[in-house]
Amino acid sequence: MSTTTTIARTSDWLQPHRIVLIVLAAAIVFACVFFMRWDWLPAYLPLALQGIWRTIWLLAVTAALGITLAIPIGFAQAAGPAFLAVPARVFCTVIRGTPLLLQLWLLYYGLGSLFPQFPWIRESFLWPYLRQAWPYGVLALTLSYAGYEGEVMRGAFAGVPKGQLEAARAFGMRRWTAFRRIWLPQALRRALPTLAGETVLQLKATPLVATITMVDIYSVASRVRQETFVTYEPLLLLALVYMAITGVIVFAFRKIEARIPARLG
Amino acid sequence: MTTLTDIFLSASAASLVELLAFDPPGWGANLLRGLLASVGIACGSFGLGLLIGICGAYGKLYGSPMVRDLFGLYTTIVRAVPELVLILLLYFAGTDLVNRLLTLLGYAPVDINGLIAGICVLGVVQGAYSTEVLRGAILAIPQGQIEAARAYGMSPSLQLRRITLPAMAPYAIPGLANLWLIATKDTALLAVVGFNELTQTTRLAAGATKAYFTFFIAAGVLYLALTLVSNVIISRFERHSRRGMPSVVETR
Repeated sequence: MSTTTTIARTSDWLQPHRIVLIVLAAAIVFACVFFMRWDWLPAYLPLALQGIWRTIWLLAVTAALGITLAIPIGFAQAAGPAFLAVPARVFCTVIRGTPLLLQLWLLYYGLGSLFPQFPWIRESFLWPYLRQAWPYGVLALTLSYAGYEGEVMRGAFAGVPKGQLEAARAFGMRRWTAFRRIWLPQALRRALPTLAGETVLQLKATPLVATITMVDIYSVASRVRQETFVTYEPLLLLALVYMAITGVIVFAFRKIEARIPARLG
Repeated sequence: MTTLTDIFLSASAASLVELLAFDPPGWGANLLRGLLASVGIACGSFGLGLLIGICGAYGKLYGSPMVRDLFGLYTTIVRAVPELVLILLLYFAGTDLVNRLLTLLGYAPVDINGLIAGICVLGVVQGAYSTEVLRGAILAIPQGQIEAARAYGMSPSLQLRRITLPAMAPYAIPGLANLWLIATKDTALLAVVGFNELTQTTRLAAGATKAYFTFFIAAGVLYLALTLVSNVIISRFERHSRRGMPSVVETR
């Protein structure tokens, strides 16, 4: 029984044209491996691994910080009073309406040229960090993620049926308890499918930090290109690395989604 | 000692006007020229993306298995790799390829116009996204309408022009509007390859005058204005394309 289904599945997947495509792909990979220059790879491998780690770290930290910021921003827009809802909406509009590269450069060059002019900042314990590039990169990417995800969370909070909240009140839950037990979990569940897409977009935004001298995998590839004059190989490898990370993100979110019951009340 | 007001915009409105003035010591004209270049690239790449998207959506829906798989590969790869990497790859590979082709044909290699290269590169990226948007929109058309068109004996191209494109517009416009906004913002990425659009001009201006906040905020305002104006125009398009359809009232 199980063998027949596997056969059916493989034959489904392995149609004749797919075999042609796979052969072609194998030929291209073969050509890439043997006719392109890869002799630089061993020398730069440690640096590349460090760069991959830096990219993943940046993605994880900014996505986590961004979602924690997005929840209050979305909630303020969906149910908050005007003096909170209006700034939250303005924040989302500004973040979504301007390029991330511009935001990044505004923070790095703008704040970076502003801070040294204050002696008390230069003397504070934060100064060793503020002189580096990564706080600005993390800040810009976090704000960007919060802006995009805040808009998603607004829709998710607004989409929770009123009856659920009324039922929570009828049970005598206090506001905070109802928020924690009913409103937030249902909103998060609603936002989950878009979260995977937003996270992939965030991954694709991370190479921008290379323009402010952070050393992620993208800037390692640029350095290889500058030092060895090999143009395409590092870029191809870079694309492959990003595709692999994207695959892992999509797979992980699919696993998480499968664990959460799909039916929404 | 410098105070806060000193630093913000070097304080006085006079210097702000001076920096953003249109005449040469000011950078206003350069910024507007940058904005114009950005809008031009965005329009071109969005249009090219739309063309690729229509072909892609048709290929994915009605093409042979091979065509379907190839378009699937295209959309998957382009949507998984950062735009910045794609821009570098296509920019270098594209210009290299064209020049090699020209030498092969016996012509002298040419310097490829940055504007055209930018439009092509961003158009290929946009095409992958609009393929998905348009595919979904075509699938949302009631099947009977397409069958009716076939029953009338319309040729496929006439059917595309008269039935499929107008009927899918209301479903496609929200997605395409998002893509247009992404296109306007993606033009900023061309600054990394040194193309003189708004962001790159802004960086040059800021670097030359050291008034970083002034210029980056001015550019931000320009991008934001572009987005907001686009939103107004898009909502008008959407209303037009939805005419005659039952209105959807958002329920809460």
